[in-house]
Order: sequence, then structure tokens, then C-alpha cells
Amino acid sequence: MLKRRWSAKRLKEAAIEKCIYLSGITSIVLVALIFIFLAKEGFAIFRTIGFGDFLLGSSWYPISTPAKFGILPLMAGSLLVTLGATLIAVPIGIASAVYISEVASGKIKEILKSGIELLAAIPSVVLGFIGMMTLVPWVKSTFHIPTGLTAFSGAVMLAFMATPTIVSIAEDALNAVPRRYKEAALALGSTRWQAIWRVVLPAASSGIVAAVMLGIGRVIGETMAVMMITGNAARIPDSIFQPVRTLTATIAAEMGETVRGSDHYFALFAIGIVLFIITFFINLIADLAVHHKAK
Amino acid sequence: MIRNPYIKEKIAFAVLFAATVIVVLPVILILFFIIQHGWNAISWEFLTQMPRKGMREGGIFPAIVGTLYLVLGTLLFALPLGVMSAIYLTEYAKDNWLTRLVKLAIINLAGVPSVVYGLFGLGIFVMFLKFGASILAGSLTLAIMVVPIIITTTREALDSVPQSFRQVSLSLGASKWDTIRHAVLPHAMPGILTGMILAVSRAAGETAPILFTVAAFYLPKLPHSVFDQVMALPYHLYVISTQVPNIKLEVRYGTALVLLMIVLTMNGVAIVLRAHFRKKKKW
Repeated sequence: MLKRRWSAKRLKEAAIEKCIYLSGITSIVLVALIFIFLAKEGFAIFRTIGFGDFLLGSSWYPISTPAKFGILPLMAGSLLVTLGATLIAVPIGIASAVYISEVASGKIKEILKSGIELLAAIPSVVLGFIGMMTLVPWVKSTFHIPTGLTAFSGAVMLAFMATPTIVSIAEDALNAVPRRYKEAALALGSTRWQAIWRVVLPAASSGIVAAVMLGIGRVIGETMAVMMITGNAARIPDSIFQPVRTLTATIAAEMGETVRGSDHYFALFAIGIVLFIITFFINLIADLAVHHKAK
Repeated sequence: MIRNPYIKEKIAFAVLFAATVIVVLPVILILFFIIQHGWNAISWEFLTQMPRKGMREGGIFPAIVGTLYLVLGTLLFALPLGVMSAIYLTEYAKDNWLTRLVKLAIINLAGVPSVVYGLFGLGIFVMFLKFGASILAGSLTLAIMVVPIIITTTREALDSVPQSFRQVSLSLGASKWDTIRHAVLPHAMPGILTGMILAVSRAAGETAPILFTVAAFYLPKLPHSVFDQVMALPYHLYVISTQVPNIKLEVRYGTALVLLMIVLTMNGVAIVLRAHFRKKKKW
């Protein structure tokens, strides 16, 4: 009797452990599934136009006849906005991470951390809405341009959205630097700033690289806010004060109006593949940076 | 150049402080702005009535209910999957290439743009499995998006339970699963709960993944089954601020305020929970 109950229990336990194992590897399955489904729909566009024409074609006119599916203007839009946002967010983000982790103390530290968490929690559509209401008119009147819906507005807004990612990951990296490094520098007579600049920051550099990469990933992937404030003009911009359309915004804005199974529909999935691959490599670099430090 | 290292330090710290202010101050301004403009729009009618006349009048009730359904659906799928996956990684996985691959997959899931999740949901749930644009398809899409959040927070919670708890349980003859269930999970519960709330608040605020998988433009009624479309607050805010002309400013701010309150309240609860249990922790 006792023996049989034992085995029933064993059986149940084995079943649960099987479930746990299966859940454990689900992430791999999901990543594979995402790629397969994007590829299944997206590769169909390459039967109509060549791979090179898709990636390097300079006009995106998906609903004119003949339709043109060159994503270069969209890539240029994404690149410009991302570059702008990165230039703003990286120095500010790292500086505030250093302030929060090394300079601020006690209650102030906690308040600043909560403030940044709050910023990370604000939905992107709300930030896009606020951007439309405040930032866009301000850009228009300050720079005397016909519309405030520009790559510049998008870059500012996205910089704002990327900072929580950069700050929190860079702060983790700074906190992970062993205290004795800093103490050794201070014991040798350096000021706190010298210890931070010469010892703590270099020691945390790989974690900071990861923070920057993940921040950039966040910016490239952002959709709603950019769609609402960058003006959505699918042409290659000459300056940062022109409207642009990003890869993500193109999918979000156009997918609703496409006919399923049309070239336009396939082309939007192909843009999804491009985004998936870009973010995959960014995350890979960030992960390698983190593990580089561990060794 | 400035030679005196102490003056240099003062300047450097001032610059760092200024950078922090640039990050934090706008958050306060945004909150203030939305509350100031949206406050007057909030009324019992606004929260409990159907929209009328192409959303120009009436309330946002169906959007609130739709968001609620989506969040519940998301949790239903994401919580078991995320928690079990985290248990696998912390308690069972050996340090080999498969584990490394799982971890890399999770990092990549967290980095995939939300609109790409929308495409994936459209491809697999709406088209391939033929759920149509529905609560089911939307919840599944959002669930896959938030699974990495739940896995990461649950892993942290499990890691923070001391090894000795497991050793004592195992030494008393408990099996591995019994040990996890009775000695590890109860102590990790607050952390798991925090992760769950954060995932939920993320799901409630996302727009891009629900664009093609569930969200309805204007649907002044409540859903009858999981195969129905619903309105959702984030998509509604997008629609009334960009697609429909002549919507009163107050209504737009009001909708933004309701969405913001839902998301921030959940985040607030998560922060309080975390602080509370951190203080109570006895080990």
C-alpha cells in the first residue's frame, strides 16, 4: 500500500517536473515561432521584388500603382530618430545613474529611483499624447518651421523614454563594482569624483555598454509615441527638423488598412523581420557585454 | 583647466545633479499637466457610460472594461508560464548550453519591439489559429510580451530564498518538488506578486500589440465571448488624439488621466509591496 502511494506521488511529481521543463524551454520556442511566423508572411514580398530593392529602394509608395516597397526612407527615419535620441539620452542617463548610485544618499536616492520607475511606467501612448500637446507646438514655434511633427520631436521624446532603461541598468552596473575599489582610491587620497571617474566608471564600463545598447533597443522598438509625433512622411530626410516615418510606425500605421495577403501586407511583415533582426543583434551585444564583465 | 580637485568635484557633482533633474523633473510636470487638464473630465458618467456620437460624447466605459478583460486574460496565460519557467531556471537548470540559450531567448523576448509582437499575434493567433481579432488573440499576444518580465522578477525572488531552506527541507526527506512548493515558493511569493503586478500594468498600457489583434475603433457595447473585439484605453486614447477630429481637449486629457491612474496605481502597489516585504524579511 505504502509503496503504491509512493509511486503515485512520484508519478505526479514527474509530471510536474516535465511541465516545468517544458515551460523552461518555451522561451526558445517562442523566439523561434516569432521568427517563423514573420518569415512565413514576410518572405512572400521577395517573390515580387528583389531583396536588394526592398532594403535599398529609396521610395516607399505601398498603395500607388505600381507600388514601391523600398524601405530606405523608413530606415533613414528610424536611424535619424534613434541617433538623436541616443545622443541626448546616453550622457544624461549615465550622469543621473552616477548621481543616484554614487552621490545621492538616503531618502533622496529613494525618491529619485521612484521618479525614474514612474517614468518607465508611463504608457508610450500617453507620452505620445503629451508630446503632441506640448513638445510639438514648442518645436514649431521655437525653430520657426512649418510643422512641429519632426524627427527632432521624436528624438527628444524617445530620449526621455530610453533614460529609465539606461539609468536603471547603468545603476545596477555601478552598484556591482566592489566597494573596496573605491575605498582603495579614497585611501590613496583621491577625491570622491576622482574615484568615480578613474575607478568606478571604468570598472562598470561593460555594464554601462549593456545599458546603452538596451536603451538604443528601446528607442528602435518604440512605436506609438514616434507614430504620433514624427509626422509620418516616408521620405529620406535632409535634416532633423523634417517629418520622418520610422520602421515601427510604418507597421502600426499601415497594417490596419492593408488587404491580408497583398504585397503591402507581406512588405509590412518583412519590415517586422528587419526589426526583429536589428533588436536581436542589439540584445546579443548587450548580453555579451554583461558576460564579458562576469569573466 | 581647473587644477583644484575639490572644485572639480563640486562642478562634476553639480553637472550630475543637473542631469538627474532633467530626467526626473519632466515626469512631475507631465503628471501635473495631465491631472490639471484631465481632472474636470472625470465624472461618474464619464467612467460608466458608453461613448456616443462617434466618441464625441458619452463615456469610456467599454474601453475600461476591455482593458480589464485583456489584463485578466494576459495574466491567465503569462503567470503560470512565467513562474514555471523561472522555477526551471533557478531550481532545475544545469549550467549548460541549453540554459544559456534559454536565457538568451528571454533577453531577446524582452527586446522585441512591441509592434512586432502585434505582427506575430496577427500571424499566429488571428490568421493561423483563426481566433480572429478577439480578446483571446489580444491576451495571448500581450501574455507573450510580458512573460519575460514575470520570469525575471520570479527568478530574483527565488534566488533571494537562502539555499539553507532547501537543504533543510531536503535533509528531512522531502522531495525536490515538495521542497520547492513548501519551502521555497511561499518565501518567494511577495517577489512573484510584485512581478505579476508590474507585468499587468505593462499590459494595460500597451497599444502596439493590440492594434491588429483585438482593439476596436468604436464599439459602444460590451463583449459577449472571448472571440469578440473590445475597445481598450490605450488604443482609445490614440484614436481620439489622432484619428477623430474635434474631440474636446478635456475628454482626451480625461482618458489619458484614467489610463495613467490605472497603470501608476498598479506600479505604486508593486513598489509598496516590495518595500513592505523587504522590511519584514527575517533572513
